[in-house]
Amino acid sequence: MLTADLNAIVLTLQLAGLSTLLLLLLATPLAWWLARTHSPFKGVIGATVTLPLILPPTVLGFYLLVLLGPNGPGGWLTESLGLGLLPFTFPGLVVASMIYSLPFVVQPLQQAFAAIGPRPLEAAATLRATPLDAFFSVVVPLARPGFVTAAILGFAHTIGEFGVVLMIGGNIPGKTQVLSMAIYNHVEAMEYANAHTLAGGMLAFSFLILLLLNRMQRRPDA
Amino acid sequence: MSLDIRLRLDYPGFALDLDLALPGRGVTALFGHSGSGKTTCLRAIAGLEPAVRGRVVINGNCWQDDAQGIFTPTHRRPLGYVFQDAALFPHLSVRDNLDYGRRRIAAGERQIAAETVIELLGIGGLLDRRPARLSGGEKSRVAMARALLTRPRLLLMDEPLAALDHDRKQEILPYLERLHDELEIPILYVSHAPDEVARLADHLVVMDAGKALAAGPLGETLARIDLPIRLGEDTGVVIDAVIDARDEPWLLARAAFPGGFLWARDGGHALGQHVRVRVLARDVSIAHDAPTRTSIQNALPATVVALGDDAHPALTLVRLDVGQTPLIARLTRRSAHQLGLCPGMNVWAQVKAVALIG
Repeated sequence: MLTADLNAIVLTLQLAGLSTLLLLLLATPLAWWLARTHSPFKGVIGATVTLPLILPPTVLGFYLLVLLGPNGPGGWLTESLGLGLLPFTFPGLVVASMIYSLPFVVQPLQQAFAAIGPRPLEAAATLRATPLDAFFSVVVPLARPGFVTAAILGFAHTIGEFGVVLMIGGNIPGKTQVLSMAIYNHVEAMEYANAHTLAGGMLAFSFLILLLLNRMQRRPDA
Repeated sequence: MSLDIRLRLDYPGFALDLDLALPGRGVTALFGHSGSGKTTCLRAIAGLEPAVRGRVVINGNCWQDDAQGIFTPTHRRPLGYVFQDAALFPHLSVRDNLDYGRRRIAAGERQIAAETVIELLGIGGLLDRRPARLSGGEKSRVAMARALLTRPRLLLMDEPLAALDHDRKQEILPYLERLHDELEIPILYVSHAPDEVARLADHLVVMDAGKALAAGPLGETLARIDLPIRLGEDTGVVIDAVIDARDEPWLLARAAFPGGFLWARDGGHALGQHVRVRVLARDVSIAHDAPTRTSIQNALPATVVALGDDAHPALTLVRLDVGQTPLIARLTRRSAHQLGLCPGMNVWAQVKAVALIG
């Protein structure tokens, strides 16, 4: 396999792993809030979170580029914080991937939290557990299948992204060139054998993920 | 020692307006139809209904007082709560469910031996099981044990038997009676089943539409015929009595109470044992003269105290006193009229059926 391809695979896995990890941390409180709140903002926030699901990735990538570029408010913020500009960097890719995959992580969590309902938390409170204690000792274990689904979907979805990465990351080998981009390059260059290796690998990987997900959804006890 | 509870809630379609002073020990039943506010009251005492305003003082400890801006969150109230559906944690074994609350109280508070509670509720054989593999009755018992192991100062029970069938109920009731006898702490018990109340409660609060219609000792409150809440076939009294004689050849036992005694089927009670006697209004009839040559074994001299309405306009409830002990009889209005019953009249109460409970 070509070094450039290997680099692309490693970069893709790093990107997907880091994005998924950060997303779980961000999406857990967000999904918890969405599952429990009666706030009038629930609808607006929920729709905003779901937006990346239906927007063409290029639209999302374009607005992120504008927002995070030197003339956008995001760019101004990162520059004044001394972080420089995010577009065409790996951190920029992470930010974009997180936004792109947000609904895939929030929704399974939100559904898992909603399915638990208020009763286990009330029981925990009458057994002297603080709300935070109850969250970790009762909600997290009960929502475990939701966390697994969220992590797998977030990871897999990030691995497969193309449009957003192209817009915000460019196609810089070893820096922002991810797997889907490498495949595109091979096809452009008529290197079908190389494209096959990567594309076939992706196909097998995606299938395995779905198989794994299916397995995980069968609850062990119950 | 008392429970001082004042609760207010105004929602469209549902209002709660309670002002209760309840005894600081024994079982107090909150009794009423569904929707009468019993469960909301219990949840508010536990701090699970933050929208409810008022004041909750439990044996001197203030848990909520909106006038002073005091609201102790649920996890800092030393209470035990048994939910109707038991609410066991499905991801934990019975043992870990029991440990959940116990681990979260101060070490010095853990004097109550787990073995004692496990034995009291008969759940020793279930410890390694998951809640999904317990019967309804077993779940209730585990939930009770889990609550007791936090060493609560108040035990709140929300219809712990409502989800159970008749046989499972009979399985749990003896355990509840043991809790009643052995626990020093007050128990608030929500129920809409008159037989549970008659068996377990010392004190009764009758609720309807978010208000307390009556509150007082069980015997006294059950004997009131002026309450608009209708128990139908369950209308009747509960008398505290002592077994003072047995007629062994006929398998009967005699329960004595201030003012008289009643013969009942021998339930294997020892002489001198305290029992509750339940006498339903439909099983009491009235005669002017001491009945002779009748199959009825129990006839008591009584005084008519009052006549009141019953659910059907053809019927009337007659409140009687046998010595100091109240009794209720259900008659047709015609027979009351033909007997010329009026308050103060001396009559004979014939009791057709008597149940020894507890």
